[in-house]
Amino acid sequence: MSLEVEARHRIGSFVIDAAFRSDGGVTALFGRSGSGKTSLINIIAGLLRPDAGRIVLDGDVIADSKRRLFTPVHRRRFGYVFQEARLFPHLSVRKNLAYGRWFAGAGKSASEFAKVVEMLGIGDLLERRPSTLSGGERQRVAVGRALLAAPRLLLMDEPLAALDEARKAEILPYLERLRDETRIPIVYVSHSVAEVARLAERVVVIENGRVKASGAAAAILSRPTAAIERRETGALIEGVVDSHDAAHNLTVVRAGECLIRIPHLVTAPGHGLRLYIAGRDVMLATTKPEGISALNVLQGTIVDLSKAQEGSVDVRVDCGGNIIVARITVLSREALGLEPGKSVHVIIKTVALDY
Amino acid sequence: MDWMALSDAEWTAVRLSLRVATVAMLSSLPLALLAAMALARGRFWGKSVLNGLVHMPLILPPVVTGFVLLILFGRRGPIGAFLAENFGIVFSFRWTGAALACAVMGFPLMVRSIRLSIEAVDRKLEDAAATLGANPIWVFLTVTLPLILPGIVAGMILSFAKAMGEFGATITFVSNIPGETQTLSAAIYSFTQVPGGDAGAMRLAIISIVISMTALMLSEFLAAAAARRTVAA
Repeated sequence: MSLEVEARHRIGSFVIDAAFRSDGGVTALFGRSGSGKTSLINIIAGLLRPDAGRIVLDGDVIADSKRRLFTPVHRRRFGYVFQEARLFPHLSVRKNLAYGRWFAGAGKSASEFAKVVEMLGIGDLLERRPSTLSGGERQRVAVGRALLAAPRLLLMDEPLAALDEARKAEILPYLERLRDETRIPIVYVSHSVAEVARLAERVVVIENGRVKASGAAAAILSRPTAAIERRETGALIEGVVDSHDAAHNLTVVRAGECLIRIPHLVTAPGHGLRLYIAGRDVMLATTKPEGISALNVLQGTIVDLSKAQEGSVDVRVDCGGNIIVARITVLSREALGLEPGKSVHVIIKTVALDY
Repeated sequence: MDWMALSDAEWTAVRLSLRVATVAMLSSLPLALLAAMALARGRFWGKSVLNGLVHMPLILPPVVTGFVLLILFGRRGPIGAFLAENFGIVFSFRWTGAALACAVMGFPLMVRSIRLSIEAVDRKLEDAAATLGANPIWVFLTVTLPLILPGIVAGMILSFAKAMGEFGATITFVSNIPGETQTLSAAIYSFTQVPGGDAGAMRLAIISIVISMTALMLSEFLAAAAARRTVAA
């Protein structure tokens, strides 16, 4: 699967001029609010007709302004999950889910319906009205509705942005299942580093309507570039769910040789997982700390230090094959005498790894 | 309750009024829906002119509306003559003329009600339906129409109630012929013009009040239902 997008569009004084391609999996359009991400995804969906541009999916030209070709929204078969669920208030959950199936033709069987309902855990909601659902439930139904329309591509515009932290944590595992169990390519718009880190394989950074950077998620998110707010930079770590500590509501993730304890996740052991650890949440110690509440104390070696900026430096530490970034003050660096090659202990609070 | 018993002539007036109001309501519905759609959604030159035209019967003296209808749709009027020659449709001094007058008078009320409900529809829901594969006609039928249905019904009831009470434009356009154009209101008026007609006028007035109140309450109820339904999830 491959998706090519090229678009130029002017809205007042704001100009979108972006091009990117994706080869399947989850591609995140990442950027601050007002960067033009939503306009770009609306252009892909066909809800917004750009001044000029081209959209090609798997060699199938969906739109091309040069050839005056524009496939209308309803014939693109691109599923769209909006920031607000946009469920039809006059239909029950079951009818909302079935809405797109009808237009997708007879190809969709009852077992497909049952599978999606099971995957999203919405079996108990089928006869209810959208107005009686919680925000998280609505968003799950919206995802199911888009899926059941048999989309060739799934577009998601900040599907978690309107939800509180607890609801986000409730839905993220479903989105991970969706990514892993269906082979539908997804374009995911978000301004949250944590979400993008956890879901996306590729990241396209959008700034002021233009593509600032694009590439593999780990590379883009670890690199301290201007694309990501400096406050947000950190390290992306690939791990596998090792075990659950049900008594303490914790999940243990194995990354390289390290075990990292994070708040409980609804994911089976053996499941791949990406963790994003923001630099500001990481402490360094030259001696092994004792009597400390932080659960993750990892031994590592300093790889390098960034230049001082606003009184702080980013220290990259190699912990058993993982690069973890710690942001500390220049004062601490001097007091501890930190330099490349020095052995340190990296301290990460478990609760800081919340989604 | 002997005095409540209606005479044949009175029954005729009641039946005629119901028929005139029903035909007026149903025949103006498609046009009202189009006008409401155009006013709520359209962006075209002359929109304010259309808006003014639609509201004209609401602000003009009914006699003026009736007179304009007489000029346009009368036997020698440009539209009336054309329709009579080509389609055999005659409005002047027929119950169909009364229905036309009532439809015109009720039109602004119906358009306003439908227009308000269309404006209350969250267009993002229509976008969502389109991404799910519905073409514009299906979007209208499966999303827009169900959401504005209470507004349409409320508009129909208002138009019906207006038609039941219409007097000025009707009597100016098609006169007051018992059995043909003498509606409830015209019959009440006639009763008040003859000695001893008070009892008949009273009976018809009570019927008129009951019908109008029922229509108004039904309309209010449906408007409330519309507000509940169009709250987007």
